[in-house]
Amino acid sequence: MKKILPTLFFLVITVQFVAAEPVKIGMITTLSTKAGYLGEDIRDGFKLAIAQESGKLGGIAVELMVEDDGRKPGKGKQIAERFIKRDKAKILTGIVFSNVAMAVVPKVVRDDIVYLSTNAAPSKLAGKGCHPNYFSVSYQNDNLDEVVGQYVTEAGHKSVYLIAPNYPAGKDHLAGFKRYYKGEIKGEVYTKLGQSDYAAEIATLRAAQPEAVFFFLPGGMGINFLKQYSQAGLNKDIPVYGPAFSFDERILKAVGPAALGVKNGSQWTHDLDNGANTQFVKAYQEAYGRMPTLYASQGYDTARLIGSALRAVDGNLEDMEKFKAALRNADFASVRGNFSFGNNQHPVQDVYIREVIKTDKGYTNSTVKKVFSSHVDAYASECTMQ
Amino acid sequence: MILVIEQLLNGLQLGITLFLMSAGLTLIFGIMQVINLAHGSFYMIGAYVCATVAGQTGSFLLGLAVALPASAIAGMVVEFVVLRRLYKREHLDQVLATFGLIMFFNELTRIIWGRQPLYLDVPSWLSGSIELLPGLIYPVYRLAVIGVGIAVAFLLWFMFSRTRLGMQIRAGASNRDMIGALGVNIKLLYTMVFGLGTMLAGLAGVMAGPILAVESGMGESILILTFVVIVIGGIGSIRGAVVGALLVGLVDTLGRAFLPTLFRLVFNTATADAAAASISSMAIYILMAAVLVWKPKGLFPAHS
Repeated sequence: MKKILPTLFFLVITVQFVAAEPVKIGMITTLSTKAGYLGEDIRDGFKLAIAQESGKLGGIAVELMVEDDGRKPGKGKQIAERFIKRDKAKILTGIVFSNVAMAVVPKVVRDDIVYLSTNAAPSKLAGKGCHPNYFSVSYQNDNLDEVVGQYVTEAGHKSVYLIAPNYPAGKDHLAGFKRYYKGEIKGEVYTKLGQSDYAAEIATLRAAQPEAVFFFLPGGMGINFLKQYSQAGLNKDIPVYGPAFSFDERILKAVGPAALGVKNGSQWTHDLDNGANTQFVKAYQEAYGRMPTLYASQGYDTARLIGSALRAVDGNLEDMEKFKAALRNADFASVRGNFSFGNNQHPVQDVYIREVIKTDKGYTNSTVKKVFSSHVDAYASECTMQ
Repeated sequence: MILVIEQLLNGLQLGITLFLMSAGLTLIFGIMQVINLAHGSFYMIGAYVCATVAGQTGSFLLGLAVALPASAIAGMVVEFVVLRRLYKREHLDQVLATFGLIMFFNELTRIIWGRQPLYLDVPSWLSGSIELLPGLIYPVYRLAVIGVGIAVAFLLWFMFSRTRLGMQIRAGASNRDMIGALGVNIKLLYTMVFGLGTMLAGLAGVMAGPILAVESGMGESILILTFVVIVIGGIGSIRGAVVGALLVGLVDTLGRAFLPTLFRLVFNTATADAAAASISSMAIYILMAAVLVWKPKGLFPAHS
């Protein structure tokens, strides 16, 4: 008896030890501020994947820790340090905004932490700043503008008018559009970040008489612009185009009919015809009672990519090289269908033009056309990662 | 020329919205000597309540009818619960407390309505545009905003200079203790002034709702402009608020509209666009600095 008890004790301890050590994943995302719904959707998409496997990803138990960065780079950095030092997380993800990503990512990847981007993918991290520990699951920031540039050229618009907020991302997004647009640029206006009234810009735009308008105004700015553009009666004469950021299902609900028929560029739409997507859209609506947005799809894909790699290494993160190699294979069924990683570990994927429509469930998008097949971002060639 | 008139109208309309905000803020500051940073929150409450009621019933007017008392009552509750304790304290304490209120109200809207921005459209009888002059097409709703603002300015003027209540408020502003000794319930008077101020903010929120995104934190972007307006106009003066709001509205709009064109006459396009974008966003602050150098107490100081 005396011998059996310690043995039993030891057995119980080891069993518990093995079972109670889930892989920790740290999610730094934006849940507060006006942009809080972006992080909420990324988190909910990610959580859905875990819930579908009842607490596991790729058959391995995981523990997701979520913290709000409040859109502040400094706060994002602190959270990352806490996840790494206190919680010993080796996988981080979730950042919404590029400025937060620039504060967090370059530092954590040097510490041999794997970071998977669910949204922000600034050009600096795609080109010369690429890193073996950094993966972008969403896109490279410019992709959704490039596709619109290509489409507007194909649609035969000979001149455009460009509007974006006056900050680095605004200039990057317009640069993405201009990379593929071949016509004349009648005007290029940079407005104050967070501006709410666009009456002056819209009047100037009307006077310039362009054939089309391209805008990058994320969040509330886009809602304001679209409503005011339609109130000025311009949407009938001068079609407006933009990247998907101003046309997700939650923004559309606030814009209302003013966005109907607007064509926008995206790597995902709820109607993409593949098995993974059909079950994702259905399960997401059942779980949360709302339509998934592209942010939710990016969170979901990121979780399932992590799952595929965890399965490949059997949950063992001792050898990070093996884990990263498994991530690079991207051996999972993406809701986007065609998905693989390029040399800079950014997606090589199809990019679409979609159109805002109204259904009985409210405003959403329907796919119009695949414009790019297996599109590689513009910075991949500058990446010299081995 | 048509473009200039259109931009002047745009500036006027922005100025009127700012006036509705700053009239309330300047009343509260001038009469009660309280810095109320949470003024933007009542603007947000007005917009949220109107969007909710209009969304449920389909009637913008009903939304307006509920939003105005809602923001007035919210203001009076805040005055009764929080600000009453702060009248004798320093401005810094008031700033801290009302800054806390901003966060409280932003979080509260997130809890009640969620993170999703709300939808509020122009009522159908105010939608569309009309041709004011040949070639000058202007949205009807924005004209309505200008009309409402002018009506409110007139009503305020009438209330202050022609009614007993206005007289008491003015008296309370110049000597709080004396008017109390004369038998006026100064506490009630202050609560009413605060409610009036927040109701004006709520009205501004309702008017802005169909043009802007109704979202948590929408009050902060207009709050800064409102402070610029009352500093330019002179703190505590309604007349100052009118002039300040119109100046800020016009300078901001005309700067954004015409600086790029002006700069392109001198520089190449890229430099001109970049410089114009920076300078036009600074224009109102430059205006404020210039006014303060010329008249340190603003254009129409209330207690000069």
